[in-house]
Amino acid sequence: MNRVFFAGIFLIAVSLVSAPFPVTAQTHSEAYKDNIYETGTLKPRDSVLKVKVGQKAPDFTLPAVSGGKMTLSRYRGKQNVVLSFVPAAWTAVCSDQWPGYNIAKDIFDARNAVLLGITVDNIPTLFAWTNQMGKLWFPVLSDFYPHGKVASTYGVLRSDGTTERALFVIDKKGVIRFIDVHDINKRPPLEKLVSELDKLKQ
Amino acid sequence: MKKILRLSLLVLSMLYLFPLDIMAAGPPAVGGTLPAFTLPQPGSTAGRDYLGLDSRGNFTVPDIKAKVVLIEILSMYCPFCQKEAPEVNKLYEAIEGNPGYRGNIKLIGIGVGNSAYELEVFRKRYNVPFPLFPDADFALHKLFGETRTPYFIAVRINEDRTHKVVYSKAGSLGEVKSFIENIAKLSGLK
Repeated sequence: MNRVFFAGIFLIAVSLVSAPFPVTAQTHSEAYKDNIYETGTLKPRDSVLKVKVGQKAPDFTLPAVSGGKMTLSRYRGKQNVVLSFVPAAWTAVCSDQWPGYNIAKDIFDARNAVLLGITVDNIPTLFAWTNQMGKLWFPVLSDFYPHGKVASTYGVLRSDGTTERALFVIDKKGVIRFIDVHDINKRPPLEKLVSELDKLKQ
Repeated sequence: MKKILRLSLLVLSMLYLFPLDIMAAGPPAVGGTLPAFTLPQPGSTAGRDYLGLDSRGNFTVPDIKAKVVLIEILSMYCPFCQKEAPEVNKLYEAIEGNPGYRGNIKLIGIGVGNSAYELEVFRKRYNVPFPLFPDADFALHKLFGETRTPYFIAVRINEDRTHKVVYSKAGSLGEVKSFIENIAKLSGLK
């Protein structure tokens, strides 16, 4: 009797903990075949911002997948900049986000904005991964070594060494005008970013 | 008491195995029917005319005036869907250019996880000529068993508005001509 009772309690407990809750909805493009690593649902946010809207964006220089190095301040006085940190190569939501931006070049152009994609992966990994997306029009930068230095400066480096899914809008003067440290499990809607870029034109 | 416990254990394990969730077990199977869902009226008059809808409210796939409805499940964010877009446009042209298919086979797209804005970016970028419907909160995606994208489903619509799935497959549609002939054959259009 007792055993059955405890078995029942145990089963209830197990079901509560591990019942197949619908995980965060994600789409997988056939482009990646079975090469996307399932992270499951992650803690939405796991870092503390170290920059804020209104301050100068910390400058940085990072190697680009296409070769050479990219320095943020080269755009100062010329163009607005969007920094798109994504958590890691070969993961589900990330593998979608940049391909979407890739067909929105005219939207960025019309707002005199450049996009810089950043992850903490190394260049060969980023090379292989971004090749699956087709040819990207924007630079992809590697914040691999020293590991996550730029992400850490901005306060978007997570405790496991990946980054947040974060967007920073920096105006022509080099001032941060918008920050969205998004729920890592979800893709930020494009229209929100566009509306923030629209504000810069005024 | 023991009996009650055993029974509740059984019920509980059933719940565990078959959660009462809207998540479908898989994509619609060939020979079966579509999950129950409605779509809003297309935004453009051209879209409404194309689908030949009788009412002005939400509609279901069998409400579309056609013998076969092809559904593409896509995402603006999916690189393969981007690559496939010109091919799907060719498919549309091939249908419209053939008197046997025109009016009988109609095409719609569902943008899973896409806001209306995002799907409009896709439509403009590829000049998509057929109606697209956003599924921003993945509700339809869940009903369709969270398929990969792109995913193509062909549905035969009968005279009495009953319907049957005749094709259901992930990935590229392949060569346009053989795809369309295959669909025509599977749906008994030919």
